Amino acid sequence: MRTIQVEKIVEEVAQMCKEAAYYLPEDVYQALKRGRETEKSPVGCDVLDQIIRNAEIAKSEDRPICQDTGMAIIFLEVGQDLHIEGGGLNDAINQGVAKGYTEGYLRKSVVAEPLFNRKNTQNNTPAVIYTKMVEGDKLKIQLAPKGFGSENKSGIKMLVPADGVEGVKKAVLEIILHASCNPCPPMVVGVGIGGTMDQAAYLSKRALLRPTNVRNEHPDYAKLEAELLTLINKTGIGPQLGGTTSALAVNVEWGATHIAGLPVAVTICCHAMRHSERIL
Amino acid sequence: MAEKIRITTPFTEEQSRKLKAGDSVLITGTIISARDAAHKAMTEALARGEKLPVDWTNQIVYYLGPTPAKPGDPIGSCGPTTSGRMDAYTPKMLDQGIKGMIGKGSREPAVVEAMKKHGVTYFAAVGGAAALIAKSVKKYEVLAYPELGPEAVARLTVEDFPAIVVIDSEGNNFYEIGQAPYRKL
Ligand code: SF4
Repeated sequence: MRTIQVEKIVEEVAQMCKEAAYYLPEDVYQALKRGRETEKSPVGCDVLDQIIRNAEIAKSEDRPICQDTGMAIIFLEVGQDLHIEGGGLNDAINQGVAKGYTEGYLRKSVVAEPLFNRKNTQNNTPAVIYTKMVEGDKLKIQLAPKGFGSENKSGIKMLVPADGVEGVKKAVLEIILHASCNPCPPMVVGVGIGGTMDQAAYLSKRALLRPTNVRNEHPDYAKLEAELLTLINKTGIGPQLGGTTSALAVNVEWGATHIAGLPVAVTICCHAMRHSERIL
Repeated sequence: MAEKIRITTPFTEEQSRKLKAGDSVLITGTIISARDAAHKAMTEALARGEKLPVDWTNQIVYYLGPTPAKPGDPIGSCGPTTSGRMDAYTPKMLDQGIKGMIGKGSREPAVVEAMKKHGVTYFAAVGGAAALIAKSVKKYEVLAYPELGPEAVARLTVEDFPAIVVIDSEGNNFYEIGQAPYRKL
């Protein structure tokens, strides 16, 4: 059995928080540049120029791309033959998040309790942690810090099977039109189809881990991704002030569901589509 | 790209009324940051009949909660936050003499009505262009509510701060005007 020390996890997670906040993934950067080439609105071009320049400054000067450095969403894949030594795994993740957000001059944006007191925890913990047990002896950590300008515009619809593909498109489009200019477009759109209500939401988040230039393995879903992207880019939302580059990509993930159901969840992410990953 | 209009503060109603939805501007002078918690605190103070800690006459408010500054920098990354969350407080704040607002995203009709009444301009800064915007900020001084941390009310000295007029003092809305020609649904 392989053993890994929690200190190692703390260190890596701290590093990942900084990396994600400063360095826009290359695929997103390239998608922005392609959007700039095809954008029809002059104001849209100005906005895209600023967004691209911003990503370049953030990267070269180790500065947060956006001041909302988000809530840390962590996806873990824990090999069942791996032994974690020296403390709890969730504690280690949270310690890593606290360290990274403090050392990296990132904004602490988490309140401990949502309704009555809303006191800031001052170190951006707790993280949202999803854990999956897998075969093997490795630990895979994926971090996707999520800003709430876009999270607040995400949504879910519980469709019925008769709604079909057209129903799914309509549901996604309604959520996008309602979000409009608010989630800092160009957006990256994660769609979760199937499962239960909560699982569809989870799938829509997970979908955002896939690079923007990789399509779904299932050809029908790959086609749906392309069709949804075309549709969203016809809304006119554009890069915040109107135009043709409303979204950079639509990533769909799907799961088994009940004979009576067709849940559809949409997580909207802004152009600051940040993530980092480690396999330990 | 059309010529950018240079604006210097204080920002008067006369300056504000000249701007039209869709204009690109560069702001030089001082702007004042305030967001959710500060707006709540200020409107509560007004309700109690107290004087506000800041004179808002001819000021531009910036809806902002920056990242902490690195040593040697005046400010961290400092892009706009969603303006809509301030809408409930905004008409009361505009009564205090604010002539410009910088944020991102749409506003409620009640805000637009108050803007028309007072001749106020609503600007958008590019959401998520926070490291770029930081380049135009030369100085950051907390004026009130230091206990709110990044949500404190602070004076930002800016040079060529980039923004776009989205709702002008007549209520023309560039979010609508800008989207319409490209909506092909
Ligand atoms: S939606 Fe994204 S880009 Fe916009 S302010 Fe939030 S984190 Fe930043």
